[in-house]
Amino acid sequence: MFDLERWQEIFDTIRKNKLRTFLTGLSVASGIFILVILLGFGQGMRNGIEHEFKEDASTSVWVWPGVTSKEYKGLNPGRPIQLVNENFDNATAMFNNEIEYGSSRAFVRGVTVNYGKEALIYGVQGVSADFQFIENASMIEGRFINYQDEVNAGKVAIIGNKIKKDVFNKVETPIGEFIDISGIPFKVIGVYKEMEDREEERIYIPITTAQKAFNGGNRVNNMSFTLPPVENFDQAVAQAIDFKNGLTSYLQQVHTIAPDDTGAMQVWSAMEEAKRYYGLTNNIKLFFWFVGICTIIAGVVGVSNIMMIVVKERTREIGIRKALGAKPWSIIGMILHEAIFVTAISGFAGLIFSMALLELVGPNIEVDYVLNPSVNFNVAFSTVLVLIVAGTLAGFVPAYRAAKVKVIESLRDE
Amino acid sequence: MIEIKDLHKSYKMGSNSLHVLKGINFKVEAGELVAIMGSSGSGKSTLLNILGMLDELDEGTYTLDGVPIKNLSETKAAQYRNKFLGFIFQSFNLINYKSAAENVALPLYYQKVPRKERQEKALQYLDKVGLKPWASHHPSELSGGQKQRVAIARAMAAEPKVLLADEPTGALDSKTSYEVMDLIQKINDEGNTILVVTHEEDIAHMCKRIVHLKDGVIVEDKKVEQVRADQYV
Repeated sequence: MFDLERWQEIFDTIRKNKLRTFLTGLSVASGIFILVILLGFGQGMRNGIEHEFKEDASTSVWVWPGVTSKEYKGLNPGRPIQLVNENFDNATAMFNNEIEYGSSRAFVRGVTVNYGKEALIYGVQGVSADFQFIENASMIEGRFINYQDEVNAGKVAIIGNKIKKDVFNKVETPIGEFIDISGIPFKVIGVYKEMEDREEERIYIPITTAQKAFNGGNRVNNMSFTLPPVENFDQAVAQAIDFKNGLTSYLQQVHTIAPDDTGAMQVWSAMEEAKRYYGLTNNIKLFFWFVGICTIIAGVVGVSNIMMIVVKERTREIGIRKALGAKPWSIIGMILHEAIFVTAISGFAGLIFSMALLELVGPNIEVDYVLNPSVNFNVAFSTVLVLIVAGTLAGFVPAYRAAKVKVIESLRDE
Repeated sequence: MIEIKDLHKSYKMGSNSLHVLKGINFKVEAGELVAIMGSSGSGKSTLLNILGMLDELDEGTYTLDGVPIKNLSETKAAQYRNKFLGFIFQSFNLINYKSAAENVALPLYYQKVPRKERQEKALQYLDKVGLKPWASHHPSELSGGQKQRVAIARAMAAEPKVLLADEPTGALDSKTSYEVMDLIQKINDEGNTILVVTHEEDIAHMCKRIVHLKDGVIVEDKKVEQVRADQYV
């Protein structure tokens, strides 16, 4: 390996067989290049999905009652389930340690909303102070409903930014303006902003007001909670599943619902959804690995093919060398030495080139669900080594056979 | 220099066996220039291959410069070839991607001669065959006669005990053939032992001794008056 003479001989051969060397190198380099880019994008998609879910910070859990579909304890299927205030209060008390924020929500239906002479067709929802954090709504003017409003059943309203733009475009600020809900004036005290326009088309009032003023009784349409932040994703998922199960079984007991009747009390956890996406990215990663390994195998096959052709092409030369006194192992050594050298150089060239590309282009990619594609250097490095070893093994067989061929046979005129 | 006793060689072809050499007894002294003649199929190439350690004998003994040649491993055979023998082939067998000088230097590489010395020696031998100005040319840029002269220089570069030439003029026109034979004669004049396999009478008569092979046995072995090739050049 460290025989200087051998190196000189090999450089001679390489220099004088540029095309052959180039083609061998190209197939190795492109194999590595494709693998690294694939792995990089696999990681990029993972990063991207992680990022999307981080932005939502969704540890939220939502409860929507439905209609029973199964007979249970003498109760007929088809029974609509109605949540009430106690459900929320009890749940909050039971899971006090596990809940960060919680709010029940009551939809106000069958009311007319007016601003001056203008009729508004926006939904009115009664919520509590915590709801701001659950929805991730950011206040751009004024404030959200607070605890005081809830206790006093204050006649205050929070409007979405879109309502402000559509309706309150003639006044400087909607704060302090009054809207009229079924004859009752509500003072606008805040404007909130959401990611989507659709979610800005709501008018929020305190839930107590909604129930008292609009004949809501103690009825609640849905409940939502957020869970406190934890250290890592797996813990968050476990926590969400725990909480979801606990809450579901409590609500099912209270409302006499069969435990397997999922439609009657739907509890939806954002974290669980996220986990599904994570599973998906794991599969994607697996898929990219699969494709990558196939690429490597193709590369190895390519290299061994080229080695076979190279040896075939050099049969006569090998015969001449043997006639001049080359020992069999010096022939094998020469061929393998050259193969290893070419594969190593081109393999690392492909590695460096692809990693440089990922480094340069990666951070600038702005596509949903792909973020900063990158690849673990150790992984890439090992694949290059694997390719070199495989190429060497693949080259050994034809080289060995060539060295064993009788000189007279290899020198025979065709 | 070369001593062969009761040499037998047969080739197996499926179930048939082809008996090519049927008991050859043959001796060559140092400094001889021997022509081995015979029609195709007479076994002359097989004899040369055995002499060149490119093929193994079945029966008999072969002694080269006092060393018995029998049951050699590939590695040992390679070593002996490198030390004892120089080959000249009908089809030249130069390595195409190497220049004339590099071709001549190749056997020295396998003798582990340092690079500098190899290059000097290669040039020296190229000069001897009159091709020093062509040292950096590749085989494709040389004529047939020039190629064979490069091959002769290569065969001599390792300073072997015996030069084996297999139809050295077979691929050349007669004028070039005589030039090559002239060169071989001159090398022989310096005391080198040379065996030439040929089927051409005129080439054979430029040697000092002619051995006739027919159907695997020596039918005639005579010393001849050497015809100098330089009178035709």
